[in-house]
Amino acid sequence: MSARYLLRRLAQLVPAVAGIVLVAFVIIHVAPGDPVLALAGQHGDVAYYAFMRAKFGLNRPLPEQLVVYAANVVRGDLGTSYVHGRPVVAVVLERLPATLLLMTTSLLASSLAGIALGVTAARRADRTADLLVRFAALVGYATPSFWLAQIAALTLALGTGLFPVQGISDARQAWTGWRYVGDVVHHLALPALVLAANELALTTRLVRAGVLDALTTDYIRTARAKGLPEPAVVRHALRNALLPVVTVIGGRIGMLFTGAVLVETVFAWPGLGLLLLSSIQTRDTPVLLALFLLVSLAVILTNVITDLTYAWLDPRIRYD
Amino acid sequence: MPGSTRVFGMTSILRSASGVVGVALTGAFTLLAVLAHVVAPTDPFASVGSSLTPPSRAHTFGTDDLGRDVFSGIVHGTRTSLTVMLAVVAIASILGVGVGAVAGYRGGGVDDLLMRGTEAVQIVPRFFLAVIVIALFGPGLDRVVLVLGLTSWPAIARVVRAETLSLVRREFVDAAHALGATTWRIVFRHVLPNALPTALVVISLNAASVILLEAGLGFIGLGDPRSISLGYLANNAQRFMRIAWWMTLFPGAAIALAVLGLNLVGDALSDLADPRRRRSGLPRPGA
Repeated sequence: MSARYLLRRLAQLVPAVAGIVLVAFVIIHVAPGDPVLALAGQHGDVAYYAFMRAKFGLNRPLPEQLVVYAANVVRGDLGTSYVHGRPVVAVVLERLPATLLLMTTSLLASSLAGIALGVTAARRADRTADLLVRFAALVGYATPSFWLAQIAALTLALGTGLFPVQGISDARQAWTGWRYVGDVVHHLALPALVLAANELALTTRLVRAGVLDALTTDYIRTARAKGLPEPAVVRHALRNALLPVVTVIGGRIGMLFTGAVLVETVFAWPGLGLLLLSSIQTRDTPVLLALFLLVSLAVILTNVITDLTYAWLDPRIRYD
Repeated sequence: MPGSTRVFGMTSILRSASGVVGVALTGAFTLLAVLAHVVAPTDPFASVGSSLTPPSRAHTFGTDDLGRDVFSGIVHGTRTSLTVMLAVVAIASILGVGVGAVAGYRGGGVDDLLMRGTEAVQIVPRFFLAVIVIALFGPGLDRVVLVLGLTSWPAIARVVRAETLSLVRREFVDAAHALGATTWRIVFRHVLPNALPTALVVISLNAASVILLEAGLGFIGLGDPRSISLGYLANNAQRFMRIAWWMTLFPGAAIALAVLGLNLVGDALSDLADPRRRRSGLPRPGA
């Protein structure tokens, strides 16, 4: 992977980010409702309205307002939350770690288990284990994450009492140190498993198809002919099978955020999902816009990371 | 179709088990949506019994907190769900096929420009865009359809472009050119019918994801309050999870079955569109 490719790929970030900022700006301006009327009340006098308009720069031409908005976004100034009374970015960043913990745990679990199940299914193609895995993957991929979350909460949490139903830690205990970590892991288990289900189903299907494809290739036949032990053969096949998996997982970061938001809602996991829900209920639009921009940025960055990983995994790819 | 070269007839989808189950499920849901007022004549918003009664002969799936029939809610929710899905798929398919066909057929700078635009739209997180649009413009099915329709076409455009790119180099297209066929005729009679199987795979998977997104929006309370939706039912169930399991179980199961049906149709279509990928027929290496 050449430095030139890296630079060019990073340069492509600029129009992508600009596009997203433009979308946010257009939506704000097309939306019904006058912010000045909202701030100054319905029955203020005209001079006061004009003063407010000038104060917030709302009397400037739209392109100028766009430049100001874009500059603010780039500086990380997304306005003040109506409800929290603090900068939106601070409010969002405060909730980000919980969501990231949930997402990374799920992604790690779904990727590792997906590879294991996919390889198992491919090696036993069309036998019972394969059929079971394929059926489970189909069902897992079709199940709405919030429903799976509800069912898990209903059975595993409320039914058996093995898992807590809500939250990130036990509010009645002031654990510290390792006991706190253990408590968080206990609370994390169900939401993370539920969120992992959709990804697991997809990863399993892709790995299975990829390994099956790879197992019919000449280099695998050569490896077998050389007398390579079967686990080593599968490792050979897996490396090529993982290429499309990387692309697909990378391309689903937006869906993963969506899933996290819905799962958090069910388990009252104190991350971006609960923030989104409360901001909808309190009409805290600056927060909602910030969440849209944040997830868009995450998608853009993940696309770059995916491309770079792809180039690193497949030495045949030399972009220049 | 005379004069064109179709890869397969649409009925061959019924030759695989997943195709049969997928078509049956999708058909059943379509029928349920079309005949919603016959299957469940009562208004899904009307209180028809005492509240929170478990499934019984009178109310197959029980009643909710306001004494509304959960079965009726699901049947009419299916109608909402499928209406949104069809409208979104229509918009996304027209845009996707149009952009893909033009990009693939014209190539060069037009292709570059269209594909950059496609990549740009693909970045937009559909769910979060829908959230801010509904938050700022108020709830309504029309804006859900518009937002999802305008953001769901890139995957379709990409496969149609790829298919078109490879098809325009084929001999039968050269032959059509030589016979003096117009560009329109070549695109509509020769290229698109052959790109259709692959496009349909993506379209059916896209339809499944739209159902999930619409349900997700309803679940966080952003559905249209005037029409009942499966997401709304699941959202309402959340508060009564400890005492009314039936409110949770049935609406979500309906969503899962509808999505499963469309995914199975997609799978079966993908086997037909690319028979090399159908694994069962191939000799198993090392077996």
